[in-house]
Amino acid sequence: MTWTWLIGAVLFLVLAPVIGGLIAGIDRRITARMQGRVGPPILQPFYDVGKLFEKESVVVTTAQNFYILAYLIFIALSGALFFAGGDLLLIIFAFTLAHVFLVLGAYAVHSPYSHIGAERELIQLMAYEPMIILAAVGLYMITNSFYVVDIAVSTVPAILYLPGVFLGFATILTIKLRKSPFDISTSHHAHQEIVKGITTEFSGSTLAQVEIAHWYENVFLLGFIYLFFAWNPVIGIIAVVVTYLAEIFIDNVTARVRWQAALKSGWLAAVLGLVNLAILSYMMLGGA
Amino acid sequence: MQTLLFLILFPILVACLLLFVKRTTLRYAVVALSALVIGGASIYLLMRYAFEGAVYFAAPSEAVSLAMVAIEMGLALFIVYMGAKFRNYLAIVLAVVQAALVVYLETTFSENLHAVNNLFIDQFSIIMGLIIGIIGSLIAVYAVRYMETYHHHHPEVRDRQKMFFFVIFIFLAAMFGLVFSNNLMWVFFFWEITTITSFLLIGYSETEEATKNAFLALVMNLLGGVAFVVALIFLAATEATSGGIDLARVLASSDAAIVLIPAVLIGFAGITKAALMPFSSWLLGAMVAPTPVSALLHSSTMVKAGVYILVRFSPVFAGTFAGFSIGLVGGVTFVVASAIAISQSNAKRVLAYSTIANLGLIAACAGVGTHMLVWAAILLIVFHAVAKSLLFLGTGAIEHRVGSRDIEDMEGLIVRMPRMAVMMFIGIAGMFLAPFGMLISKWAAIEAFVQVPFGLVFIALLAYGSAITVFFWAKWMGKLIAVTRNQEKVEKGFFEEPWAPLYIITGLVVATVLLFPVISSTLIEPYVLAIYGVTARLAEANVAIMLLMMALLLILPVSFTLFRRSAKHLPAYMSGRTATTDLQFTGSLGLTREAQTRNYYLAEYFGEAKLFLPGAVVCTVLILASWVLAGVAL
Repeated sequence: MTWTWLIGAVLFLVLAPVIGGLIAGIDRRITARMQGRVGPPILQPFYDVGKLFEKESVVVTTAQNFYILAYLIFIALSGALFFAGGDLLLIIFAFTLAHVFLVLGAYAVHSPYSHIGAERELIQLMAYEPMIILAAVGLYMITNSFYVVDIAVSTVPAILYLPGVFLGFATILTIKLRKSPFDISTSHHAHQEIVKGITTEFSGSTLAQVEIAHWYENVFLLGFIYLFFAWNPVIGIIAVVVTYLAEIFIDNVTARVRWQAALKSGWLAAVLGLVNLAILSYMMLGGA
Repeated sequence: MQTLLFLILFPILVACLLLFVKRTTLRYAVVALSALVIGGASIYLLMRYAFEGAVYFAAPSEAVSLAMVAIEMGLALFIVYMGAKFRNYLAIVLAVVQAALVVYLETTFSENLHAVNNLFIDQFSIIMGLIIGIIGSLIAVYAVRYMETYHHHHPEVRDRQKMFFFVIFIFLAAMFGLVFSNNLMWVFFFWEITTITSFLLIGYSETEEATKNAFLALVMNLLGGVAFVVALIFLAATEATSGGIDLARVLASSDAAIVLIPAVLIGFAGITKAALMPFSSWLLGAMVAPTPVSALLHSSTMVKAGVYILVRFSPVFAGTFAGFSIGLVGGVTFVVASAIAISQSNAKRVLAYSTIANLGLIAACAGVGTHMLVWAAILLIVFHAVAKSLLFLGTGAIEHRVGSRDIEDMEGLIVRMPRMAVMMFIGIAGMFLAPFGMLISKWAAIEAFVQVPFGLVFIALLAYGSAITVFFWAKWMGKLIAVTRNQEKVEKGFFEEPWAPLYIITGLVVATVLLFPVISSTLIEPYVLAIYGVTARLAEANVAIMLLMMALLLILPVSFTLFRRSAKHLPAYMSGRTATTDLQFTGSLGLTREAQTRNYYLAEYFGEAKLFLPGAVVCTVLILASWVLAGVAL
């Protein structure tokens, strides 16, 4: 019994890059179809990352390797904690720590493009942080626990109590998945920018680590989405798939907004979540 | 009891001695030795009383109380004199009103002004004692060399170092007195001493700005002082039910409604001292003082007296609307002050705003006052004192070498002053990152507020506030660690402050994280248990994970050795127009130009001009509401 948490963590550490990479591959395919292209093979992200590892090691400053390695490790750690059933708040804080390392890596290289990318990444962080905390609080109010292990086995249909929180979370998910219209610090798409924002100065294996961290992160975030539907695994998985497809759709029909709009959207999403929680706590106090 | 008396009296002795010491080397020896003695005594205090719960001491009363009143009158006269000299009549009025109220209290209720025990010690006082004794005396040591350099840089300022160190040590004595007193009259006496010392130290440079800001701080703190005396009069008048001026009896009083009124008034005094909105401006003004003063009085100790008293009274606030309202003052201050910090590029002002914000957070915990929140509040006090003093001292040392306290000028500090940059990095991490201290406390606060009715308001404030906090700290960190090219090391200056205090405090920032389960279980939990009958703690599994994260962070720098130093180095991308490696590019007309990077300050959205007034108005309304609610409860 005491070992089950470890299984979750290990499975995540081993499988998440595979699943994350596959999702990225499918994402690119669907995106291509939406744009009337054929698109690359599903396994293309793996080829890309594999090739990055074979590139010559080129840096602006040696320190950048350190920050990116720390980023990868702490992203993997927070995801592993999540799938081990750990405390959601602690997971969120570890997750923030990881992103701060990415930002620091971009600052460390002291380059105009990555500097602006770093500032914008911080604005994104500021935009999504309130909502992600509120999402954890919302799940707590429903299940009386901050532990993923308790929330995941809860029989309460959280989504029915937390529709506003879910919508708010879906909004900031767009930021987290680096999708339009909120891909303000760096984008997957060449049409958004030619110089790659926060990742401008990262290349070779360092860039590969950023990419793998992103895969880990996406799997973790989809796991978070699942928690809203955890009372029924089938619906849960369908919901995760539908949510992700919706994100791809939004990514393709919108153009990047200014940072002000991104920040406002993130914070308004949190207001939506708050209203939801306020009504919920009113109901729980016995008001209705 | 001897240790308590020693800790109060010994600094006074040293202070008097320092009045006669002129040479810096001798002063350094005296201060360093006394720091060692004071620090040692406070650690002895920990070992002696940590496991005994609250211990009370009768201590001499009559003569001491008389002397205190006499000194208070003397101080009032001093304020009147200074007020007349600098034409600040508001200060005179407040000082006179306060003195008149004290006289009224002494004459009308003289038979009610006896506490059975004048001094006491419990785990919370031990924690405060350790902060004052260790952090406080380390700052004093740092200050000796700092002031020497300060006068070298500012020849126009009159050298009043003897007075400076006299006041610093008087202040340390007053702080010990404040946290060890069970007699509220004594607490008030020491409270007023800290106000005066703060006034004197802010005005140290005698410039017009310094004098103005010193009076601003004085007036606002006197306002709190007046509220404090009114609370004392109320307590004395209702001695039978409220317990009079005996802190322990007041807190144990069964008549909650009666005690709530003085609690709210003393809470107001706490709000002014902790510089919560709308009184935050005095703490900003106080930044004109030499940096050790900011570190000692205006971040790690004196302003903590404000939240100390709030936390002491939090059992009274718990579950009342008045307390909730005071908590909201703290919560709103936390968000607004953090947001304004985004727009500041002056390092000391960022630190000041962050201090105000964190004091607000502590006040929020204290006002709502459930057992978990008190636990979180005390934890916040500890972690904040350690990390913030490091940041202030660091900023002072950087300013003396770089010649600026602007964050933009700290760019590339990792190249110019590597050791300093690492210490600042750790200090900043201590303020907002997992697994460091402040974050543990915020986390505990979120978990605690979830369980409080209407706690959602605080959750919202915390959620937004934390997000904002990440932004302004992370961009500062980024400036520090930017690896700039072609710059020299300036770590060694001509006048060197001893860095030992910095190293020790940096060690403490890390140590408090590693030792925090011990600090919690030996000091904070027993205190909370004694008052509430239940206690709070983090789940063991989570503590283990935090320690794991800390270990990872300590190990990760080793990875530097793994990276091939021989890796090819290229200049940063400059759109293909790179001229040299240090951000020079080939501009039009064949000219070489330099690219510069600046952080975002977003003043248009988060500026003082935009946010201060709304924040101050909301907090004023909330303070008034707390009075009305306390009155209604009666």
